[in-house]
Amino acid sequence: MPNNPAIPGLDGDAPHFFAPWQAKAFALTVHLHDQGRFTWTEWVDTFAPRVGGTAPLPDAATTADHAEVYYLAWLDALQAILGDKGLAEAALIGEMAEVWRRAALATPHGTPILYEAGLTG
Amino acid sequence: MPHDHADHDHTHDHSDLDDMTARVMAMEKLLVDKGLVDPAALDAIVETYEEKIGPRNGAKVVARAWTDPDFAAALKDDATTAIATLGFSGRGGEHMMALFNTPDQHNMVVCTLCSCYPWPVLGLPPVWYKSMPYRSRAISEPRAVLAEFGVTLPEGTKIRVWDSTSELRYLVIPMRPEGTEGWTAEQLETLVTRDSMIGTGLAGARP
Repeated sequence: MPNNPAIPGLDGDAPHFFAPWQAKAFALTVHLHDQGRFTWTEWVDTFAPRVGGTAPLPDAATTADHAEVYYLAWLDALQAILGDKGLAEAALIGEMAEVWRRAALATPHGTPILYEAGLTG
Repeated sequence: MPHDHADHDHTHDHSDLDDMTARVMAMEKLLVDKGLVDPAALDAIVETYEEKIGPRNGAKVVARAWTDPDFAAALKDDATTAIATLGFSGRGGEHMMALFNTPDQHNMVVCTLCSCYPWPVLGLPPVWYKSMPYRSRAISEPRAVLAEFGVTLPEGTKIRVWDSTSELRYLVIPMRPEGTEGWTAEQLETLVTRDSMIGTGLAGARP
């Protein structure tokens, strides 16, 4: 790792979210906080060690790469706080993600993906 | 698998979910099914943060501070309350502090821990603010970081870097550009960039 890694995204206005899942993970977190499911300090305590522990990216990494690493840490933290607060178990999230994946594979491109389509895979 | 690439080309006849998308969709469905999350509220949150809350809020605060000495004094004394009088308030809990730049001291804000940021006045943080290079280098070599943003300060100007927390967020009040005497608050707002309120820019310097 160089001593002075380049700061990404200085050229112009990069978007906040580079993929819909990033926006959704952000919104889920803000919404659950709004509902009083956890305090913002609890969120930061869960998120900070994860985002702080990410491996440095090479200088060639794009702004989108940096955003992805950041929101991956965010997603891991969200999954962790859902477990800690008894809102959703990691194992169940994993199973349901697998159902969504099967549903997508069974759905023609351009057609809305229904969760039920993955249950019979 | 030798046919990976060929298989991939065939995936256009169905949809393919990456791991992150599938996980987020699983979390959303689970939480909606449990009645913990309202899907419409999620869309509204994204729309609000992408379109309605942004650095223009902060620019209003700065322009007001430049043109209204009583407001500037109130902002120095209790930024949370002064900013709330303009209709901008936080997610609850966190306090705001206004950092006034002077010819002697330039203020710059970072969150070394993660990405704490004054959302109500600046919107969502830019990618660079959240990136590890900025988070680590803002503290260790602020002058070099400022140079990358195209900012060179007089040698006599001290740089003070402020590390945000989940309870305390900072808003830099940049110095009012010279030659703007008699400008209205609305005109001045246009000179206040997002970066100037994080301390990685100067007012009026970058559009």
